Amino acid sequence: MQTRRRWEILVETAIESLIRLCGISAILFVFGIFFFVFREGAGFLFSGFNPREFFTSPEWYPTSQSHVRYGVLALIAGTASVTALAMALAVPFGIGAAIFVSEFCGPRWKETLKITIELLAAIPSVVWGFIGLTVLNPLIMRTFGVPIGLTVLNGGLVLALMSVPIIVSIGEDALKAVPDSYREAALALGVTRWQLVYRVLLPAAKNGLLAAVLLGVGRAVGETMAVLMATGHAVKIPTSVMDSVRTLTATIAAELGEAPVNSEHYQVLFIIGILLFFITFIVNLTADLVVRGIRHR
Amino acid sequence: MFQATRLSRRKRYSEVVAQTIFLAMTLMMVLPLVFIVAYLFYEAWPILSWEFLSTVPKHGMRAGGIWSPLLGTLYLVVISLAVATPIGVLAAVFLNEYARETWFTRIINLAVVNLAGVPSIVHALFGLGAFVLFAHLGKSILAASLTLAIMTLPVIIASTKEALASVPMAFREACWNVGATRWQTIWHVVLPNSISGILTGVILQVSRAAGETAPIMFTGAVFYKAIPEGKLFAYGLFDQCMALSMHLFTISTQVPDLPKALPYGTAVVLLGVVLIVNAMAIVLRVHLRSRKKW
Repeated sequence: MQTRRRWEILVETAIESLIRLCGISAILFVFGIFFFVFREGAGFLFSGFNPREFFTSPEWYPTSQSHVRYGVLALIAGTASVTALAMALAVPFGIGAAIFVSEFCGPRWKETLKITIELLAAIPSVVWGFIGLTVLNPLIMRTFGVPIGLTVLNGGLVLALMSVPIIVSIGEDALKAVPDSYREAALALGVTRWQLVYRVLLPAAKNGLLAAVLLGVGRAVGETMAVLMATGHAVKIPTSVMDSVRTLTATIAAELGEAPVNSEHYQVLFIIGILLFFITFIVNLTADLVVRGIRHR
Repeated sequence: MFQATRLSRRKRYSEVVAQTIFLAMTLMMVLPLVFIVAYLFYEAWPILSWEFLSTVPKHGMRAGGIWSPLLGTLYLVVISLAVATPIGVLAAVFLNEYARETWFTRIINLAVVNLAGVPSIVHALFGLGAFVLFAHLGKSILAASLTLAIMTLPVIIASTKEALASVPMAFREACWNVGATRWQTIWHVVLPNSISGILTGVILQVSRAAGETAPIMFTGAVFYKAIPEGKLFAYGLFDQCMALSMHLFTISTQVPDLPKALPYGTAVVLLGVVLIVNAMAIVLRVHLRSRKKW
């Protein structure tokens, strides 16, 4: 009896420490990601890296024979333009759809729409890229009479369709969190549902909706395969939505395979990775803080 | 009197307008997609057959089927699942059953959220730096699967946490009262009662892992690898492999003069796998909700 007890306690402690270890694994992995990406890029970061050129020059010539230049301004502009267009399309539609799903439709429709949106969210990014390449590309060429359809517009459309499901599902949660007493009070005053949405629900759920938008932005900035395939491959600052661009993520995906390990070019690609890590980290952190802010109230 | 009816008519009118506008917004994002998926199927139809699935690519990808990438994806998914599921489930057990609400659990939750938000290409850089180079696994199925496992961990943690939280506290209290330890309670009561919810998370993880391209591009998936047809154990753990998602990317961007149906067929198979797996998760969830006892 005595020994069995001790054995049991031993198992219990062992399992408990295993569980604790797994519990902190997420922290370890986030640090691990930062550490290993930083480690690969560190060599160049501390010798010869020119932050001014990096952030302010649009000249990205990593394999030039005579004068190598690593300016990512054009790549940042590419990411920003595609993300901005995607959000301009996805935010109104996503929030509109969230309002429809949460306020205007019956339980049957609601279930169907939510499942459809969930399936939309599951479509792999490479399939989105393929859609951009084979469906939207000829469509854009024909509609606007441009020589190439792999543009900011194409990438923005694809990214918009990709980030809408996130915005809808989180936005719907935010609307659901608005107490029913708000709706009842407003309806008792005789408002229309239109007024209910504009004057009551949107103000009450604005933090949750903001978080939904931020997570959509995070998704759009970090998306790789879809923009790699859909935005063309021109490293330049776009002047219209019909320009081809290259994003930060697409640059890493396109060039890492050809950059020799531990060469300058390879290390600069890892530095871009660190930059992306920080951008998405800040966006997600802000979204999380905004969401927590609601819960505390 | 007259005033009131006009007002009510205006109200009804605005009601209908609001409903229509929001309905249109919803349909405008759902319908194009239904058309696009239908179009992909239409283009892929001529090539879809058992033979397409079971033959290896031939003539520089211009003929044959998709057996090798299909098998490679299966390997990557199974191994990443085997790694991520226990860690993810135990992490969720820790967060839901052991930890109290402190700043420390807050940081863990924050880390989970951020892990989910790290761009897939940064996961690729991490996999390359940590597994391929630092751990000397080389570009291999193992390195790629581990990268995928870490990437999909948040999916499992989130859904397991939800499943565990839905088990009523009374179940645990009853078990503690008969003298069971914490772990015994979890093993015999909490986990069995939340198994369907955990399974849903695992299924979603499968769909996510099967569709990802960027994280495996530099850690183990290759453009082409010759394997014998019809053999299930054609890849070794330290081999490089082909993968469905990567195959779709390479043939649609880097192989000229391709028969048109080939990339569409690949896209439809990938899409089909992911959607079927997701549909399974949804069915499971609906079923679970309908027969919940508490």
